[in-house]
Amino acid sequence: MKVFVCIKQVPGVSEVRIDPKTNTLVREGIPSIINPYDKNAIELALTIKEENGAEVIAISMGPPQAEEILREALSMGVDKAFLLTDKAFAGADTLATSYTLALAIKRILKSAKNKKDYLVILGAQAIDGDTGQVGPELAEELDIPQITYVQKFELKENKIIVERIFRTEEVVIIETQLPALLSVLREINIPRFPTMSGIVDAYTKKEVISLDANELKPDKRKIGLNGSMTEVWKIFIPERKAEQIIIKGTNEEIAQELCRNLKNDKIL
Amino acid sequence: MDFTLNEQQKMLKKITREFAEGYIAPVAEESDQNSKLDEKVFQKMKEMNYFGTCIPEEYGGAGLHDDTISFCIVTEEIGRVDASWGITTGVHCSVCAYPIYKFGTEDQRQRFLIDLAKGNKVGAFCLTEANAGSDAGGVQLGAVKDGDEWILNGSKIFATNGGIAETLLVVAKTGEKGSRKELTIFIVDTNTPGYSVGVKEDKLGVRASNTSELVFQDVHVPQENILGKTGEGFQLSMKILDFGRISIASQCVGLGQAALEASIKYSNERIQFGRPIGRFQGIQWKISDMACAVESGRLLTYKAAYMCDNGMDYSLVSAMAKLVASEAAMKAAHSAVQIHGGYGLMKAYPVERYFRDAKMGEIYEGTSEIQRLVIANQLLRKGANIL
Repeated sequence: MKVFVCIKQVPGVSEVRIDPKTNTLVREGIPSIINPYDKNAIELALTIKEENGAEVIAISMGPPQAEEILREALSMGVDKAFLLTDKAFAGADTLATSYTLALAIKRILKSAKNKKDYLVILGAQAIDGDTGQVGPELAEELDIPQITYVQKFELKENKIIVERIFRTEEVVIIETQLPALLSVLREINIPRFPTMSGIVDAYTKKEVISLDANELKPDKRKIGLNGSMTEVWKIFIPERKAEQIIIKGTNEEIAQELCRNLKNDKIL
Repeated sequence: MDFTLNEQQKMLKKITREFAEGYIAPVAEESDQNSKLDEKVFQKMKEMNYFGTCIPEEYGGAGLHDDTISFCIVTEEIGRVDASWGITTGVHCSVCAYPIYKFGTEDQRQRFLIDLAKGNKVGAFCLTEANAGSDAGGVQLGAVKDGDEWILNGSKIFATNGGIAETLLVVAKTGEKGSRKELTIFIVDTNTPGYSVGVKEDKLGVRASNTSELVFQDVHVPQENILGKTGEGFQLSMKILDFGRISIASQCVGLGQAALEASIKYSNERIQFGRPIGRFQGIQWKISDMACAVESGRLLTYKAAYMCDNGMDYSLVSAMAKLVASEAAMKAAHSAVQIHGGYGLMKAYPVERYFRDAKMGEIYEGTSEIQRLVIANQLLRKGANIL
C-alpha cells in the first residue's frame, strides 16, 4: 500500500506581509514552515505505516527551497519525497496545482504492483491561502472518492472508516474503500517531532527526487499560470475581530457560563 | 572558511529549538523549584535521541559522532531553555557515553554504550572528591586488584547526574609511581553491591540537574571494566574533559543567548521616560557587550568542535571555549537581571533563573582559573603560533 501525502511550504503565519504593489505575499526573509495541517497528514500516514505497513511518499510542488519541508517530512519518517519544481509550474492556482500533483501520483503509481492500493492524505487547508480546494480537486483528477475535514480515521482490511466534521457541528461517519483521498483536521492527531537520528537519516540515507515538466509531461494549458482559472484581485490579512460578551448572574452562574463559553471555543 | 551551518545542522537546530520550547521550557521553572527533572520531558528526550546525540547509530545513538558542531547546536538549544537539561544530557553524552565509544572496547560498548545512547541509563563522570577538585591528581578513592577484579573504596562528591546515573566512569587511584599517583578509570554499574548514593546537593542554580555524593564500599569491578589501560586514568581524564568542555561551552552559549534574547525583548517593551528603555545608550551598550561575549563563546565552541572533528589537537581551544562561553553566560545573565531592574529579581521572569544557573558554568568541570592555567601552560610551552 502506498500513502501519498501532499504538503505545502507556507510562510510562518505570524509574520506574513503583503507587497501592496504586486498584491503577493512577501516571502523574503520569512521562515518557511510545513503547513501545520500537513503535519497532521504526515502523522496519519506514518501511523498507518506503523500499524498496517505502507510506503509513505511525500509530494510538494514549489520552488527548489521547498526541499526543506520535504527533508523535514523525511526526518519524521516518510520513506520517499518528490519535489515538483519547474518555472512552468509557477503561478499555479489550486486547479493547476491539483492537476500537477495528480500527474506525479499517477507517474509514481505506474511502477506499483497494485495500482488501486493507495491513499492520498492532505491537510484540510493551507494557512496561507485557506482555500481547502486542492484536496477535492486532486480527488477529481485521480477519479477517486474523497472525504474532507476528517477528524478520526481507522483502517480495517482495506476498508477505511472515518469521522468527518460536517457544517462545523455534525459528525458524519463514512466508510469507503481504497483508493481514496482524505483531507484532515488538526484534531486528528498530534504530529510527532523528528528524532535526531530521523534527521540524520533524512540527509544521509534518503533523497528528495525532483520532477520537472519534462518528466511529468503535462498538458501545458493546464499547468502554472496558464492552467489557473483563479484571478487574484486582492490579498489581505483577515482582521481579528474581538467579541465582547458580558455575563451576568450569581458568581456560580457566571463561572459556569464562562466555562461553557471557553469550552465552546475549545480553549478549555 | 565557511561559517554557515549545513542544511542538516539547520534542521537539527530548528527541530531542537521547537522541541525545547514546546516541551522543556513550559516546565523549566517548576523543575528548578522542585530540584527535579520532569519525568515526561525525560521520556521525550529519550525518544528524541538526546541521550545519544554524539554516538553512532549502531550503538543506539543519533549518528552525529563525527559532527561535533551538531552536538554543540543541540546542547546549545537545550541549554537555551533550561541549563539543567543542558547539563544533564551534555554531561551524560560528553563525559560518559562518548568516552566509552571513543576509548572503550567493543565489549564495553555493547554492555554499556547502547543503554546510555538510548537513554535507558543515565551516565556520569566521577572525578571530584573532597580533596580532589581542581587538583585532579589528589584522588584518594582507591582500587585494589583482587584476582580478575578490582575492589573500590572511597567516595566522590559533586557528581553531576550522580544520583540518577546507572553507569559511572570512576577515576580511582590504583597505585603510586614515585611521588605521582597512578590513576585508572573504571566503568561502574551502580547496581553493584557496595555502591550507594550519599547526599543530594541543594544548589544555587541548575537545581534540576542532579548533583550527588557517591559512596563506594568494597565495590567489586571486573578487570574488563577498565576504560583504556590501568594507570592511564589521568591522561584519559584530561582527554575526556577536553571534549566535556565543548559540551559545557555549548550549554553556556545557549544560556547566554537566552539572557540576550530576554533582554532584547524587555528593552523593546519596557517604557520609561516615555520611550522603550532600548533607546537609552546605557541599555544599548549592555546589549552589545552581551551579544559580543556570547558570539565569541559560540565561535570558539564551534572552532573547538571543528578541530575535534578534523582530528586536530583541540585541547587548547576547548579550554578557551569553556572559559569564554561560561564567563559570557555569567556576564549576559548579570546584565539581563540589571536590564530587567526589579523584575529581574522576581521568579516571574526567567532571567532570575538564568542568573543563578550561569554561575555553574564558571565552576564545574574545571573552574575559570583552571582553564586559564591550561591555556597559559600550553602557550608558554609551545608559543602563540599553535593557535
